[in-house]
Amino acid sequence: MIDYHFDWSVIARNWDSLLGALLLGLELAVISLAIGCVIGLAAAYARLSGRRWLAAPVWAYVEFIRCTPLLLLIFFIYFGLPEFDITFLDKTQSFVLTLSLYAGAYMSEVFRAGLASIPKQYVEAAKAIGMRPWQRQRYVVLPVMFRITLPSISNNLISLFKDTSLAAAIAVPELTFVARRINADTFRVMEVWLTVSAMYLVATYLIATLLRLLERRYATIR
Amino acid sequence: MMDLSMQPGTFLFEAWQARWSLLNGLGVTMLSSLWSIVIATVCGTLMGVALAYGWWWLRLPARLYVDVMRGIPVLVLILFTYYGLALFGIDVSAFWAGIIALSAFATAHVAENLRGAVQSVPAGQMEAAKAIGLTFPKRLWYVILPQAFRRMLPPWVNTGLEIVKGTTLLSVIGVVELLLASQQIMARNYMIIDFYLLATVMYLIINFALAQLGGLLERRFSYLRY
Repeated sequence: MIDYHFDWSVIARNWDSLLGALLLGLELAVISLAIGCVIGLAAAYARLSGRRWLAAPVWAYVEFIRCTPLLLLIFFIYFGLPEFDITFLDKTQSFVLTLSLYAGAYMSEVFRAGLASIPKQYVEAAKAIGMRPWQRQRYVVLPVMFRITLPSISNNLISLFKDTSLAAAIAVPELTFVARRINADTFRVMEVWLTVSAMYLVATYLIATLLRLLERRYATIR
Repeated sequence: MMDLSMQPGTFLFEAWQARWSLLNGLGVTMLSSLWSIVIATVCGTLMGVALAYGWWWLRLPARLYVDVMRGIPVLVLILFTYYGLALFGIDVSAFWAGIIALSAFATAHVAENLRGAVQSVPAGQMEAAKAIGLTFPKRLWYVILPQAFRRMLPPWVNTGLEIVKGTTLLSVIGVVELLLASQQIMARNYMIIDFYLLATVMYLIINFALAQLGGLLERRFSYLRY
């Protein structure tokens, strides 16, 4: 280290804004995952419906999202929608929209695998006791599917949380953005990035641990 | 709907005017992806072997490295590398700082995939190689790695896809790759939709081809033939 003296008071002074930014990132990830789950579930049912006119566009949507860089999607929606006179979204809402669409594509693959892995006998048994189609889905298929896919859902939450760092590019005040602002103000580069990396690390491992507990409780079929 | 007259102000005209900066950006995207993939594959293989067979003092730091890299967003890694290396008196361009960060990130993924692949090779293979008297490097090179690599191919292609998508983040530190090149053109002619679409199509072509390659390799190699 050449002529660099650590001054951690920068972190102490900005701790509140850093923590708030971290929580904002978490909030964005959770909201996007929730919307993404709804999109993903609808998309998964469309893919499995056996109707080409439903399955083909959904396939195109999923492949499009998976092959396009997230940062490009963020810019596209943020700068592109106003060109179509859709101007009521602020930067945070625009980011949530993008991340939800992004999550939806990944979740649809997760749910598709989950739905496909449910034993056929479950549905047949539900039919045999006289459940209606929506009842079969509501009381038999979906609860089992959520248990099967819980590990994938939590992995997706963690990677979405890490992806919220890209919101800094359109000035959503989450952790990476706040870190860059503090850097610009104080030039305490090492302290800020070390702290921010540690915060991301601790947050992801905390989420992972909590979700593992949840999985241990729910992910087994008894 | 689309004006094909090539008059100034039409999309085709503007795209033609910008062809060299777009191609340049595409080149930078490809080059940085390629470098990152090559570095990550070499380093990741070494680290994966360390994770699977290393002494504890080798395995522990490797495990720590992999877990740390998987918990930090790539963007933070890129910014950290770019601003951090300068403090150590290492003068690297934004391009190389980005490649260092991207390959550091992908190394962790390759290492973890390789560890999984190596450990999924049946133990009998290693024992048989020992029984015929091969030394450890030879056991690794002739017996374990060829089998591990074919299992690792699909996730490896996936990592490559992630890297190509990850190179867009280099635009944040000012590397003029495809995304930033497109944005610079938009700043000139305000054709936002058109040029974002063009960039999207270019990424789609690269990544869709990669994804198809991954699917192909998966069908070809997902089972083992002894």
